Amino acid sequence: MFMQHFINAIGLGSLYGLIAIGYTMVYGILRLINFAHGDIFMLGAYFIFFATISHGLPWAVGAMIAIAGATFCGLLVDRIAYRPLRNAPRISALISAIGVSFFIENFTVVVFSGMPRPVVQPAALMAPITIGSVRLVPLALMVPAIAFILVAALLWMLYGTKPGLAMRAISYDIETTRLMGVSVDKIIALTFAIGSALAAVAGILWALRYPRVEPFMGIMPGFKAFIAAVFGGIGSVPGAMIGGIVLGFVEIMSVAFFPTLSGYRDAFAFLLLVVILLWKPTGLMGGKLEDKI
Amino acid sequence: MGASAGDKTLRNRALTIGSLIVFAAFLWWAEEGVDAYKVRIINLIAINAILGLSLNLIYGMAGMFSLGHAGFMAIGAYVSAILILSPDQKLAMWILDPIAPWLLDVQSPFLVSLIAAGAIAAVFGCIVSIPVLRLGGDYLGIATLGFSEIIRILITNFTPITNGPLGLKGIPPHASLLMSYGVLAVLLFCMVRLMNSNFGNVLRAVRDDEIAAKVMGIDTFKIRVLAFTLGCFGGGVGGALMGNLITTIDPKMFMITQTYSLLMIVVIGGLGSITGSVIGAVLVTTMLEWLRFVEDPITIGSLYIPGIPGMRMVIFSMLLIAVIIFRREGIMGMREFSWGWLLRDNARVNANDAK
Repeated sequence: MFMQHFINAIGLGSLYGLIAIGYTMVYGILRLINFAHGDIFMLGAYFIFFATISHGLPWAVGAMIAIAGATFCGLLVDRIAYRPLRNAPRISALISAIGVSFFIENFTVVVFSGMPRPVVQPAALMAPITIGSVRLVPLALMVPAIAFILVAALLWMLYGTKPGLAMRAISYDIETTRLMGVSVDKIIALTFAIGSALAAVAGILWALRYPRVEPFMGIMPGFKAFIAAVFGGIGSVPGAMIGGIVLGFVEIMSVAFFPTLSGYRDAFAFLLLVVILLWKPTGLMGGKLEDKI
Repeated sequence: MGASAGDKTLRNRALTIGSLIVFAAFLWWAEEGVDAYKVRIINLIAINAILGLSLNLIYGMAGMFSLGHAGFMAIGAYVSAILILSPDQKLAMWILDPIAPWLLDVQSPFLVSLIAAGAIAAVFGCIVSIPVLRLGGDYLGIATLGFSEIIRILITNFTPITNGPLGLKGIPPHASLLMSYGVLAVLLFCMVRLMNSNFGNVLRAVRDDEIAAKVMGIDTFKIRVLAFTLGCFGGGVGGALMGNLITTIDPKMFMITQTYSLLMIVVIGGLGSITGSVIGAVLVTTMLEWLRFVEDPITIGSLYIPGIPGMRMVIFSMLLIAVIIFRREGIMGMREFSWGWLLRDNARVNANDAK
């Protein structure tokens, strides 16, 4: 029974982690909480739903379309709502982000209607297999596997390639990096693209794992992923993943061992946020907080 | 030659009192003379103005980005509702769990419940603010949002006190027009006095440059806690009035979207402007009501256009983005309304007249 919960927790946690990476990268570079990120995740889930279930495309093609679509939307959000505010006070960009999040959710209601839609899971992923005493579906293993492969690829990209170097440089000092001849706007766009693509992957896997899509499905996972990013230390990619998995464990295990507390499930995540902010605002992997005068 | 300064103060005071009487007379007439739907909107404007002003005190005037206002509204709404419901109503309503015995016979007049609502919201605000205000900027926003959600989840689960997800129904509608606008007038008076006092200067100093304020010997932490607590008091009172206007409350009413629309009021009106929040409340409330037409089916002759659900909020959010991109300071910026401004007797105009 414990193994079952363990695998569920890893699965949920790695999905939170995938979304959290988008938050942490954008915050690391722009110091902006991209409130619309949870909605990009939702769009990813909707795109795969319409590509495969409504139009009967194969899952692999649907996944490509969903990732491309969500990435495009993420770039559009940056171009329209954030770039004009680069030199404005940070809170302005944050309010703009809240507006965008609101817009995407309600626009989805307008286009696709607010009705939740069931997702038909592919049979191959749902055939149960038994390992020792644990019975599970391949999907439960596939989710964390994909997540970890993507994080490994991202870390290679960040620490082994030129654009990755530029990203890390921008998060240290955007002005100096600009003077070094890096085209900062392109790198920022790339950051949004990567974050959105990972959120879309999370959206696809989420739609498969918890088979339902609806326009407001991104809000709670979005908040929780943000909490995961803060917990792991905002700006740190491994931190986001660790934070996500911790959050997955807190949620699954608290409900598994204290079923009477299941009504408070969402409160645990927020409580964790408040505790981490008070105890160590820079998170597990974060550096020192500096007071700039 | 202009009139002397003393004459002008007297004139301004007379104008203020005169316009208040005219407005009160209008409200007294409107309560009966206008249809119920319009009365409700006029009432909602006052309540939104109260909520907007209290958020503006926290965010615009003290510079603390709070996304937790809905939580404090919820506390106020529940406290007030529980205090004014009769024991019979309570017995009938708590189905999931019996009501906590010590709450059953508690009953108070409306005004007492209103003050209790504000006070308890303020106590919660003070408790929350002491740990949270050590954070700055957007972290503060997220932490307050977290607390607001925790409050909402607690309300959903503390069934013996709050009746859980079912909410409370049949709250006596005490929030008449004169009541809501009376509360608004008291709040406006207090805010104007507060901002013109030394406390107002200290608040602005803390907002504009916390380090400089500290250097001047201001206990910035205490000032911020005080401002946050006062703002939460306003949020609690506003929530209580809202519950009394709508007559039913449930935890879903106090989601983050509620805070967003208050934020919209404050941002459109102008951060840090009392006048701005009132104008923002008028604009946002009427616009949200007016925009309902896009969600209703329209029939023009034989042409039938079905309503589009969600469209109202799409337009609303587009406006929020447009305001923040193109006119970040809102309608009023940080300016305030004054009779002198309206009657154009400021120094520049006088100088032009003299030429």
